[in-house]
Amino acid sequence: MSLDKATVAKIAHLARIKVPDGELESLAGELSQILTFVEQLNEVDTTDVPPMTSVAAQKLRRRVDAVTDGGYTPQVLSNGPETAEGFYVVPKVVE
Amino acid sequence: MTALTNLTMASALDGLAKKEFTAVELAEAHVRAVESARPFNIFITETPDAALSMAKASDERRAKGEAGPMDGLPIAVKDLFCTKGIATTAGSKILDGFMPEYESTVTSQLWRDGAVLLGKVNLDEFAMGSATITAHQGETVSPWSPGQPGQWDRKIVAGGSSGGSAAAVAARVALGATGTDTGGSIRQPAGYTGTVGIKPTYGRCSRWGIVAYASSLDQAGPMTRTVEDAAIMLRSMCGFDPKDSTSVDLPVPDFRAALTGDIRGLRIGIPKEYRVEGLSAEIDALWTQGIEWLKDAGAVPVEISLPHTKYALAAYYIIAPAEASSNLARYDGVRYGLRVEGGSLAEMYENTRGAGFGKEVQRRILVGTYVLSAGYYDAYYNKARQVRTRIKWDFDEAFKSCDVILTPTAPSTPFAIGEKMDDPVQMYLNDVFTVPINLAGLPGLSVPAGQGADGLPLGLQLIGRPFDEETLLRVGQVVEKAANVTALPPFMA
Repeated sequence: MSLDKATVAKIAHLARIKVPDGELESLAGELSQILTFVEQLNEVDTTDVPPMTSVAAQKLRRRVDAVTDGGYTPQVLSNGPETAEGFYVVPKVVE
Repeated sequence: MTALTNLTMASALDGLAKKEFTAVELAEAHVRAVESARPFNIFITETPDAALSMAKASDERRAKGEAGPMDGLPIAVKDLFCTKGIATTAGSKILDGFMPEYESTVTSQLWRDGAVLLGKVNLDEFAMGSATITAHQGETVSPWSPGQPGQWDRKIVAGGSSGGSAAAVAARVALGATGTDTGGSIRQPAGYTGTVGIKPTYGRCSRWGIVAYASSLDQAGPMTRTVEDAAIMLRSMCGFDPKDSTSVDLPVPDFRAALTGDIRGLRIGIPKEYRVEGLSAEIDALWTQGIEWLKDAGAVPVEISLPHTKYALAAYYIIAPAEASSNLARYDGVRYGLRVEGGSLAEMYENTRGAGFGKEVQRRILVGTYVLSAGYYDAYYNKARQVRTRIKWDFDEAFKSCDVILTPTAPSTPFAIGEKMDDPVQMYLNDVFTVPINLAGLPGLSVPAGQGADGLPLGLQLIGRPFDEETLLRVGQVVEKAANVTALPPFMA
């Protein structure tokens, strides 16, 4: 599989990573190399093989749906780059 | 008397119990060692004050007869474990300034048992790498690099991603260190630095509070200088944690008690598919030697087949980036770490993530985003998960005819910084022997077993049945004793 610049730009946008135009070409080459490498999986017969969802032989535990802890607003916000009055602040979303 | 920094954990515990030295003396010696090893760039954050106050508290506990199983032992912590009030960076610029408000379960258990924190050590950014060269804070140099510190001809890598942990233990800067292992990140650096590293069974150690890379593969484990020390430290790190939904509710064995040396009659599986192309002759010879050592101890080698081995790396390089692209979506410049402003919210996200993530992390997020995107999900991601099932089945089948599996840890001795760097796929091949074990969720152990012609360390890997770390450690100690490696790194703090 070979990716072109436009596809890489689209993936980068989906991943919300700004990639300078000048780097798209080399990145396309590197990603194509990786995707070519993984294509060997097509040699494996996986008819009727279930895709692995959990490597541990156990079901996910469920917890009680109840409030057991909380009240940590200052701690939760303590690492925010910009906060005000108990909230995170982000650039204006709605005009 | 042996220098305090050259003790094993077991002998340090003895010395503390017999009052030959105090935990404060032990911590002071290690704090000096941390300083003297600075040219190797092992630590991201040194915590000498925490070390001395924790050591003082340890001496007080011991005086009252309340010493825990690791009381007074100075350790390093990979900078992927959240430590309350101590910067945690994952080696990334995007976590610049992040100060956790909570403690990871694994480290909290280490402090519960009396361990002393020397500081947070280097890694590949977000644990994505095999050499500890991609962190925002720079590369770690192995203490095995020939020459005087700072004037090396070749800077040898410590392996990765737990390269700071491995270098700290090999350089006698810490008695042990925590690592994490997603595709070999404990075992490969252990092999590269002549140290012991064990990745326990998936579910043994809580992942709560560890910065996530690929959640279905990540496991924490200890890195030490002996198998006995690994047993001591592993016991403190393991245990059921309701805060991790994949944590397994099983009692934690006394792993040290399993080190009986008796492996008579055990069947040692030798997978023929691990004789890969490009395996160096000296590693092949060491592997054969390892089989002989185990035979001499009464074990029985049996040839086994793991037919899907050659597909493990390809499956890994779909599954791990897919999970990473999802896990790393949280770094958005809103809740913690770096923010780079932009005209809109979307632009702020893109600017922050473009500036905050390094090249390899970006590559993996992009691969992950691509294989999960509409139209490619089945062809890549589901196919990889099906192959993962077949790899697991291979091991299930193999363990019908053997009790433990012996392989090399890595296909070569460690390389120098600057080599193997151009081609990402070439770099991935370092993990060819370790990745299948993560995909199958099994425990794996790397034990130092010799040196290459270049004088650099070589390790052998043992793979066990799920939750049978005891057999793994028991066989590992037999290999360790038979190999009797006496070579030391050129630099020891």
